[in-house]
Amino acid sequence: MSETGLVVCAGVLLLATVFGLVRAARDGRLRRRRSGDEVRLSAAELGAQLGESVTLVQFSTSFCQPCRGTRRLLGDVAAATPGVVHVEIDAEVRLDLARQLHVLRTPTVLVLDRGGRVVRRASGPAGRAEVLSAVAEAAGGSAADAAHAAHAAHPGE
Amino acid sequence: MQIDPRGPRFSAVLTTLVLAASLITGSGALLAAQTVVFAIGAVVGLRYSPYGWLYRRLVRPRLGPPGELEDERPPRFAQAVGFGFGAVGTVGYLAGPTWLGTAACALALAAAFLNGAFGYCLGCEVYLLAARTRAGLSHE
Repeated sequence: MSETGLVVCAGVLLLATVFGLVRAARDGRLRRRRSGDEVRLSAAELGAQLGESVTLVQFSTSFCQPCRGTRRLLGDVAAATPGVVHVEIDAEVRLDLARQLHVLRTPTVLVLDRGGRVVRRASGPAGRAEVLSAVAEAAGGSAADAAHAAHAAHPGE
Repeated sequence: MQIDPRGPRFSAVLTTLVLAASLITGSGALLAAQTVVFAIGAVVGLRYSPYGWLYRRLVRPRLGPPGELEDERPPRFAQAVGFGFGAVGTVGYLAGPTWLGTAACALALAAAFLNGAFGYCLGCEVYLLAARTRAGLSHE
């Protein structure tokens, strides 16, 4: 019987419980990007056309288990909502983009408005209600965003 | 290889109990046994580890078939990480210094507990980070 071991064991279990609870509460929450650190993605960077109103970008890896559920959910939302497109990116293939966007885990979900601006972001599997409200919010972008979208779609002009 | 995801979860619970017992008793022999279990899981697969066998014999017959299967690679990768910590800890307990045994065992316990209690798979989480780091190093 080691007294130090007992104390360390209790401490580890306590800390891990706190970490697990905090993480479970934050996991998959679609959080708003702070204004000021604006990030935009173009069709060229994504390797896919942006949606007319909203693009749901999902970073996955080939053997990420929760990515499957997220793929189904975002695919459903895109199929049911006109102007919404789901783009899934293999983070291992596009390590450049993963690094640029600081993607640390999969699935990471980005909600882009029509101009390709990242308006919300979640790491971990996002919930349906939250995705739907984020899509509605991003679809209500301003006319300035639409103008930017036209530019982003044809960057040469 | 696709496996029943409840198998690794069950193994994580047993691993948590064994690691907690190793830490409390400071037993290098117990940690060594757990390290062997980690090695089997990493090298030949979780299904062949003693915990996987127990799951199939005792637990799975009482549960329904799994709703979804998962890839075996992330939990196997996690077993390999566990083996690393277990091996360092065993050396610490048996050859000294003891604090090394305590520290390595504590880290392995944290990972196993998070997996068992919350389904948080550390090996799966760091997999992308490892891939990013590898690619970053090969660019330089």
